[in-house]
Formats: sequence, C-alpha cells, structure tokens
Amino acid sequence: MELTRMTAAELSAALADGQVSATEVTQAHLDRIAAVDDRVHAFLHIAADSALAQAADVDKRRATGEQLAPLAGVPVAVKDVFTTFGMPTTCGSRILDGWHPPYDATITQRLKQAGAVILGKTNMDEFAMGSSTENSAFGPSHNPWDLDKVPGGSSGGSAAAVAAYEAPLAIGTDTGGSIRQPAAVCGIVGTKPTYGGSSRYGVVAFASSLDTPGPFGRTVLDAALLHEAISGHDPMDSTSIDAPVPPVVAAAREADVSGMRIGVVTELSGDGYQPGVLSRFAEAVEVLESLGAKVTEVSCPHFKYALPAYYLIAPSEASSNLARFDAMRYGLRVGDDGTRDAEEVMALTREVGFGAEVKRRIILGTYALSSGYYDAYYGKAQQVRTLIIRDFDAAFGQVDVLVSPATPTTAFGIGERADDPMAMYLADLCTIPSDLAGNAAISVPCGLAAEDGLPVGLQVMAPALADDRLYRVAAAAEAAFTDRWGQPLLASAKG
Amino acid sequence: MPITRDEVAHLARLSRIALSDAELDHLAPQLDQIITAVAQVQEVAAEGIPPTSHATGLTNVFRDDEPVPCLTPEEALAQAPAVEQQRFKVPRILGED
Repeated sequence: MELTRMTAAELSAALADGQVSATEVTQAHLDRIAAVDDRVHAFLHIAADSALAQAADVDKRRATGEQLAPLAGVPVAVKDVFTTFGMPTTCGSRILDGWHPPYDATITQRLKQAGAVILGKTNMDEFAMGSSTENSAFGPSHNPWDLDKVPGGSSGGSAAAVAAYEAPLAIGTDTGGSIRQPAAVCGIVGTKPTYGGSSRYGVVAFASSLDTPGPFGRTVLDAALLHEAISGHDPMDSTSIDAPVPPVVAAAREADVSGMRIGVVTELSGDGYQPGVLSRFAEAVEVLESLGAKVTEVSCPHFKYALPAYYLIAPSEASSNLARFDAMRYGLRVGDDGTRDAEEVMALTREVGFGAEVKRRIILGTYALSSGYYDAYYGKAQQVRTLIIRDFDAAFGQVDVLVSPATPTTAFGIGERADDPMAMYLADLCTIPSDLAGNAAISVPCGLAAEDGLPVGLQVMAPALADDRLYRVAAAAEAAFTDRWGQPLLASAKG
Repeated sequence: MPITRDEVAHLARLSRIALSDAELDHLAPQLDQIITAVAQVQEVAAEGIPPTSHATGLTNVFRDDEPVPCLTPEEALAQAPAVEQQRFKVPRILGED
C-alpha cells in the first residue's frame, strides 16, 4: 500500500479501519515532500513538527474509540493566503516575509477541527495575483507534468502539491480562476464553490467581492469531501451565506447525469483556443451525451466582456485592500532611519515589498477608481457584471449546468508570459464569468492535448448554491474517462 | 494613448509606492496597453443597467455582539516593526513646524 498514491477517500477508510495510522500517513507525505519538493517547489513552508503532532493527536483520539470526521488523519496542504497560527503566512510577498499571524482563518480552524493534518503552506502568485506562480516573491512552482511549465496560478503550489503526490488534498482560493486554472493545467480536480459558501475570514484579501476558498483533489469525490469539510455559514464573514451546504459528497457518489440538461457556452471557444484543448472538450461533451445528458448550445453574449470587467473590478478592490500594508503595525518596514516621515517610509516599504504585478494592479485600480475615470471604468465594469449575471440567469433557465474548456490553452512555459501582462490575463478567460456572477464551477481532467501531451480541464458551471450539480457531472465524466483510459489521467504523468 | 508616464507617476504617489524611473519606464507602456484593453467595457450598451458590487445581494449583515477573548497587548504587538511602551512605534506623521 503506497500511502502517497491513495486518494483521500481511500486514506479515510484505511484510517477508520485501523489499517494505517495518521502518523504513518503523515510521515509518508513528509517523506514524499522531502524527496520531490526541491524540484516542484510547491511549498513555502513545511510544517513537519506540527503535522506529526496533529497526526499523533488523531491517532490517540481514535484509539479511545472517539468518532472522528471523515478527513481525520488525512493530510492537506494550505495555500499561503490563509492565516495559520504558529506558522508563517506570506501570501507570496516580501512585505509579509516572516509574518506569524496571531489567529487562524476560519478554514484553517475547520480543517483542524476535522482532524485534517496540515502539511504546510503552498506557493502562490503574490497576493493571489497571477496565473502561473511566477509572481511569487519566493520563486515559481513547477508543473509536475513538465517541470519547465507553470503549474498555473495563483493557487499553483496547491495544485502542484496534489499532482506530485505530496498531498492528497489542498486548499486554494479562486478570484478569477485561481483554483480551476491550476487544477486544469496540472490534471487534477479543483472547485470554486458558490461565493459566500466558504468563509473568507482570515484569507488575506485580494478582491473581496470575488475571493472564494475551495478544494483541490486528485478525484472528484476527494474534492467533494474537502468542499464539505470547509463550507458552511461563518458569522465572522459578513458575506457568508446562511444556508445549508449543498450535498456535494452524495452527488459525487451518485455520478449520474441521465436526463440532465447541459449547455455548451458558444462564447467560450473559437479563436485563441488551442486545437488540442477544443478537441478534448468536444470529446468530453460527447461522453456526457452518451451518459444520457441532453446537450444544447447556449449563448452568453456578454461573456466576451468578462475579462475586461474583471481587470477593472479586481484591481480596484485590490488597490483598496492592499492599502493595509502600510509598514506600521506588522510586516516589512523600510527606510525608517529617523529622518523620514510615515508617508515616505510607507512608500519606500511598498516599493521594496511589492512585486511588479502587484504594483501594476494597485496603480490600475487607483486609476479606475479616480474621479473623472470612475464612471467610464469601474462603474461601467459593475454594469457589465450585472449583464453577465443576467446571461447566466437566462442560461440556467434553459439548462441545469453550463460547460466549457477550463482554460484556452494547456500549461505554458515558465518565463513565456512573465512580462506580458495581457497574455497572462488570458489564462483566466473561461473561469472569470463564474467569479463575477458568484456562482459555482469546477475543473475536472478530460484528457491530454494531442500537440503537447499536457492535461486539459473540463469546466462545469452551476447556479449559486447548486454546487452539488458540479460534482454530479464531474464525477460522471471522471468515471467514463477513467474507464476509457484504463487508469486515472495523472497515472500517465512522467514524474 | 489613454495614460501617460506622468499620470502613472501621479497614481504611484497616490498609491504610496516610490517607483524608480526605470520602473516607471517599464510600467507606463504596460498600463497603457492594459487600460486600452479593459476600455472595451465601454462598448457595452449599459444604459439603465444597475451596477453589481457583489453577487450575494446581502446587505447590513451583523453578528451577535458577544464578548469573546481577544489578543493580549503582547500578542497584538508581537509582529510590529517597532514597539515602545506597549504601543506601535511609527515614524513621525507631522512636519517639524
């Protein structure tokens, strides 16, 4: 039994049956991290001691006969955007290098309460701004399928950790696609839950109206198990939805799409899409049809404005949120030599502490919000947001879920788009509409692109609070594909 | 050209980022390109369309006002760049006169 190759669901069953201890499972994953992470660089911080202590506690409680949650003893990697008491939290930024938050994020707390073992903190684009992890102040992560390619971003470290068998599960955040895009290009499953379905308390804020924590796993069921464990109302987050968690685990187990109405989004294909991505997507649609789904084409005419609207709304919110990094109460302080006033120290600190992309977005947001430009840019983007929500409402009047490719291309090379912001932004073309509308979406592997042999993701989108539909469709597709391939997609990765 | 180098320098000052000349030279044309691209939103006929600031529609959400344990002064100050007499020590905020 190779522990690092097992799914979270398998580990959960083996732990409950006493076939293996949480300590053994945790040690196996720490060994795997020690063996491969110098090449993958998925982690910014490895929490070996606290992970083993958590595992020992789970083993002790299980030995007394205590009923434990499904994820008790199952390791998880946490994106470095979540505050963790007793561990550093950098957000991939120099400005927070060495910061030890004095409290746990709600999701960190829920993971601990579920007995999930936190292996460490994963690499990310600085403040979650990016699609490749190249904007991390601590160097990029590498795609386990091809170490010269990016693992996507911003939650690229979390995706790479799961794809490289360093962790069976990981947590990320999705603001414009930061869970689904890395999941797609790393050949794993990643979900953006309904906005407000998972708590933002203790998530270092990027764009507060969009930021949504969510799960990564190697299977649809694993992602559902983690989704369920972290979700639900949190009084500490005023945008948290006070409603029952959708039955995602049950839906993943049912995996039945017969009679479901599935809409293919006309606008999310065509020019700019890699041929190998489009052919795998077309094949996935055929598979769903063969499983009994009713497939139609649905037009969402305003989706082509989603990317420009997003790159006004997200930077605007970021320019306001990142004003908190002022060098006064925590984090980096530069140039405080007794001669400079607070404003000069602030400006010098932010110059040194922020990377190029963060500066670009703060300045862009400041521009979009400034008087004289507000109506033409931020105001207009907010109206476009309404129109995108209306497109979704009309579409979900006709179909139960929408599908599209998760990304226009497979993983690109490290360095290829690093200094071309617009090219980098296009990586989120398919994922942004669901963020703007606040609904739910998943990426599930649907094969390898013929031209480069790299993974392609199928995106499924569902109305807000219908997250279970994502798992129903993704699990059905996953089962059909695994039959066809004879093994999970990830088993064909070289590394 | 929707944005000039001088405007970028002004925005950087408003954003409290002390950009170097080299960075300004690099960032200004990139921002110009980005703003040209995002200006596409202006093509949309949005007359009479209400703006959306966030998607849940929730308003005025409060939690119960219950006392809970809070950080000690030591915990609150533990991550400060400088501390004096159990306070955050910051650079001067007013001029000499």
